[in-house]
Amino acid sequence: MIAEAGLALLWFAAALAVLQLFTSLMTLRGGDGSGEMGGIVRPAAIMQGPLVALSFAMLMWLFIRTDLSVLLVAANSHSAKPFIFKVAGTWGNHEGSMLLWVTVMALSGSFLALVERRLPERTMIATLAAQAFVSLGFYAFLLFSSNPFERLLTPVAEGNGLNPLLQDIGLAFHPPTLYVGYVGLSVAFSFAVGALITREVGPAFARAMRPWVLGSWIFLTIGITAGSYWAYYELGWGGWWFWDPVENASLMPWLAATALLHSASVLASRDALRTWTIMLGVVAFSMSMVGTFLVRSGILTSVHAFAVDPERGTFILALLTIYIGGALALFGARASTVSEGKRFSIVSREAGLVVNNVALTAILGIVLLGTLYPLLTEAFDTKVSVGPPYFNPVGAIFAFPMFVALAIGPLLRWRSDRFGRIGKRLILPAVVTVIVLGGALMFAPDIHILPLLGLGMAIGLGIASLVPLFGRNLLRTPLPTYGMVLGHFGLAVALFGMASESAFSTEKLVAANVGDRVDVGPWSIELTSMEPVAGPNWTALEATMTARYEDGSPVMLHPQSRTFTQPQQTTSESALSTRWNGQLYAVVGEEGADGRWQLRLWWKPFVPLVWLGGLLIALGGVLALIGRVAGDVRRGLQRRRIAMRRESKPLAAATTGPAE
Amino acid sequence: MTAPDAPKGKRWAIWLPLVLFGAFFALVMNGLIRPADREIESAMVGKPLPVFDLAPGSPDRPGLATDAFRQGRPRLLNIFASWCVPCAAEAPQLDAIAKSGVPIDGVAIRDREEDLARFLARHGNPFASIGKDDISEVQLGLGSSGVPETFVIDGSGTIRYQHIGPIMDRDVAKILAEVERAEKPL
Amino acid sequence: MHMLARLALFATLIVSALAGPLAAQDQLPPAPYAYRQLEDPAQEAKAQELMETLRCLKCQSQSIADSDASMAGDMRNQVRLKIKAGEDPEAIRGWLIERYGDYVSYKPELTALTWPLFAAPLVLLLLAIMLLRRRFTRGVGDND
Repeated sequence: MIAEAGLALLWFAAALAVLQLFTSLMTLRGGDGSGEMGGIVRPAAIMQGPLVALSFAMLMWLFIRTDLSVLLVAANSHSAKPFIFKVAGTWGNHEGSMLLWVTVMALSGSFLALVERRLPERTMIATLAAQAFVSLGFYAFLLFSSNPFERLLTPVAEGNGLNPLLQDIGLAFHPPTLYVGYVGLSVAFSFAVGALITREVGPAFARAMRPWVLGSWIFLTIGITAGSYWAYYELGWGGWWFWDPVENASLMPWLAATALLHSASVLASRDALRTWTIMLGVVAFSMSMVGTFLVRSGILTSVHAFAVDPERGTFILALLTIYIGGALALFGARASTVSEGKRFSIVSREAGLVVNNVALTAILGIVLLGTLYPLLTEAFDTKVSVGPPYFNPVGAIFAFPMFVALAIGPLLRWRSDRFGRIGKRLILPAVVTVIVLGGALMFAPDIHILPLLGLGMAIGLGIASLVPLFGRNLLRTPLPTYGMVLGHFGLAVALFGMASESAFSTEKLVAANVGDRVDVGPWSIELTSMEPVAGPNWTALEATMTARYEDGSPVMLHPQSRTFTQPQQTTSESALSTRWNGQLYAVVGEEGADGRWQLRLWWKPFVPLVWLGGLLIALGGVLALIGRVAGDVRRGLQRRRIAMRRESKPLAAATTGPAE
Repeated sequence: MTAPDAPKGKRWAIWLPLVLFGAFFALVMNGLIRPADREIESAMVGKPLPVFDLAPGSPDRPGLATDAFRQGRPRLLNIFASWCVPCAAEAPQLDAIAKSGVPIDGVAIRDREEDLARFLARHGNPFASIGKDDISEVQLGLGSSGVPETFVIDGSGTIRYQHIGPIMDRDVAKILAEVERAEKPL
Repeated sequence: MHMLARLALFATLIVSALAGPLAAQDQLPPAPYAYRQLEDPAQEAKAQELMETLRCLKCQSQSIADSDASMAGDMRNQVRLKIKAGEDPEAIRGWLIERYGDYVSYKPELTALTWPLFAAPLVLLLLAIMLLRRRFTRGVGDND
């Protein structure tokens, strides 16, 4: 019964989405935002959240109970699986992950309909119409092509189990993180479409959209940071970013969301960059759909054809085309009637943010082009590869000017300013950058140009990002300013980690006997022993290494060469030792014919800063989000108080005229 | 307040995103409808064989060197290995081609002699000579990216044709035709 | 959506790269310089830098520096031997492109088919300037 009830709830929610779309469109056509139909829109949106959430809870319950009469459970779970992976197994498959996506989406819709009251009602109805339209596509995908509640005619005795590689706690919570990010961007998309429909593109629209973009951006930042670290320690090759199509697919929505975040702040504060912000709102959501499509359809990496599903890829492409094609057509039809908003001087905070937007959008364009380019040349029967030697320098062409703008922009005033006014505050970062560049060239003359610039810029940027706080009353500085400072500082930290890793990593490949000592960078490592160990579904050879940093106390490392039994796979489990100034990375390979073990060791100075920086960026986002939401709540309460006062003294209000 | 500036000069720009999206759509549709084959073709077809000299991989066959391919007759060069499952699948077809009078030389990739002997005993030995390539040197020199692959080499030692993957029944005629074409110099 | 599938793909990609197809695994020890660095650190640095930009042909989505496939090992061996013999890294890249086409190199060459990749930054910059020119007021004092 549980499965049937879950499915029924989904159908009910989908029907409500139809109602939401229909009533909102009727209201918009009627031209009156407060008509009878209009009154139904919000309740229809609000009810979907709990319904779908309940449906999701039912699927989770089926997984926890391991109800093997349900196809999805039988195919993806096992009664002897640890509890946490039974729970995570709910979304550890296509159908369940779709249901999770729809759940997050419906809850967002409920929340949006419940709390957002600042926009003109007509724009709000249009936004909810767009939201219903987007939701309906996903409901259709779920109900017609990926029903998670399908029953088996005859229940099986035992389930198939979950891919052992996915039985990793980090992996279990990685997808939901990214879904939240993607759904947040879909809400921003709905706002953009709603504003386009009613042509109400102004600061109020930007303020309403901003928390959703911020929230989604925080989750995307965390998702990418965690994904990169996972690849770093799981891959066993010491790299943390490979410009692989899968990685690029996750980077593109982040780039677009970052640009949107900054342009929305221009729109909110200064009523400028109107059409551009709308455009980015559409692009950001497009990128999350495009990325998902590229990976899912296998169009780029179909050598791994067993992990992809072209049919579902095509369904996503269809959704993508309807949403994005439709939104862009609407944009073309409407954007010329939306005024561009206010202008600003070439020396102003807006101009700084414009540099940021141009750079981020250009990097996005480069990543998209480079990722798709092999597909383009294949249409001409030629195969090419586009990898780090393209992405790194071409991305840097735009990234470095952006870093400079990042150092200067936050110090500038809105609208118009002079460099002379802020010049003094930039002396320190500029001088430090030059000193670092000179020092690096002196002590490491072989250093490549990109890491060199990266090191210099990172230090200068780190200082410059804090400059906006100099001379301010720190207690009265608003939280979003702290958020900005922390986010920018985090970027500098991450940049330093990247540059340092690229410039100063040392690698040692050796064949060693037990008892041998190897030096890598400042470390001295002894292979102490090799022992077989066994896990639940694997056996491994585990090395014990005694590592010393210079003359410090010994650290034990246990890298493994692991062989999984079902299915048969060999993986290298790396072992890490983290210090404040870097990370030692050890991998053990195969045994040679002479009985020596293949060891691979890296000393990577300051590499953890890459991910620490990522987390700081996300934390900056959190501060900004708290600040913005708190501000909104405060203003909302104020407005209500004024309204109440006016109500209690209707005569006074009538005689003194409008209070605002 | 701002005067709404008339964006006359850039009306086209407003449609640019839709045009770009259209291009993206056309590109991926093309990719979905006619997916490119994932095989990596050698760029060496039409060029002379690289110079190599491989030790014998089997006691009853000589080793293989470039000179063997400069004797005026087309030959097949088959890249294989005992550990490669599809290589066993193409053995009957190779046998048939050898029986039809086309000499075949084998290059055994990263193989041990005992494994190779077992493989040849089980699946037959159509090879005139077998060279042992323990570090994929010849394979890399030929621009081959996997096993099995078969090259048609003409009598002057020029690579004329590459067949990727096992030779199945349906491929035999094509390969024999390519051998015939290779009878005439380029 | 499908993030898990995406991760599964990533994971399989990694594993297949590390292990190679198990059904077709050779038993021979790796080539001499597959897992051994060149004695001269400067030469090794050159080789490493080059290997990171060459594509493993068997795993298809990783560089030969990042792959445990035996063919990648053999390619590393060739690269290191050639570097050791004093060859220029770009000449070695050219040697491989001559055999496998542009696909083997992650560094796109400027050809009739790839020039848009290199024109893109300039086009994007010009486009940005063209679209944004009108957003700026002329002088500092110029108001809206």
